[in-house]
Amino acid sequence: MMNAPEPEVQSLGAVELRIPARAEWVAVARLAAAAVGSRMRFSVDEIDDLKLAIAEACTNIIQRSEGIENIDIRWDATASELRVSVSGDGRSKLESVKGADEDQRVGGLGVFLIRALMDTVEYDVDQQRGARLVMIKHVTS
Amino acid sequence: MDIKVNVRESEGDAYVVDLSGEIDVYTSPKVKDAITELIDQGHYNLVINLEKVRYIDSTGLGVLIGGLKRVREHGGSVNLVCTNPQIKKIFDITGLVKIFGIFDDEQSAMKALV
Repeated sequence: MMNAPEPEVQSLGAVELRIPARAEWVAVARLAAAAVGSRMRFSVDEIDDLKLAIAEACTNIIQRSEGIENIDIRWDATASELRVSVSGDGRSKLESVKGADEDQRVGGLGVFLIRALMDTVEYDVDQQRGARLVMIKHVTS
Repeated sequence: MDIKVNVRESEGDAYVVDLSGEIDVYTSPKVKDAITELIDQGHYNLVINLEKVRYIDSTGLGVLIGGLKRVREHGGSVNLVCTNPQIKKIFDITGLVKIFGIFDDEQSAMKALV
């Protein structure tokens, strides 16, 4: 007997934003995060969480990369979750990270906040390709 | 997106730093400069009023923690005035509620300094 295929998760849309990797542009990522969160009908508190998490990801990448020019942010929306990818185009100053002390190695308080505010967080650091944070926020209502 | 910083002398040797706007990676150096200047002048009892702050991130928290560490070296203290639930939540999540005195109004924050 064959297993039934997994139902395909239908995309509600994707939004991409590229900002210069400089402190003064992080506010633009925050505004875009609020707009996407609002479109997905997250609560005001959840939108505040999204804004902070995405801004922390941008800040983390700016501070921990060298030769970086841009940060790419992509929001993928489905009915059940919002997936956010934040990546830089510079070389990471950090080694690849795996293991229990990851938070301390990749950004201290900022990454701690991201983990507290989002449901799932993956941090991928490659010294050549740069850093990438992927975060997921579930739709609760 | 900006931060407004206003420093004023209050009762005794205490100073109040009024902040208004958003504290993030771009604006936090301005806050840091104001706090550092006060400490360099020998003022170690500070109330930082966050009532009109709409947003704070980890760099802003870092500035406040740095200020607190420095004044404590001189027997001083930093109390915060904060009523915004979202900002209070950030202090809760990070455990900073246990490190800073956080008050609903300036009078209470000032009273707790001495």
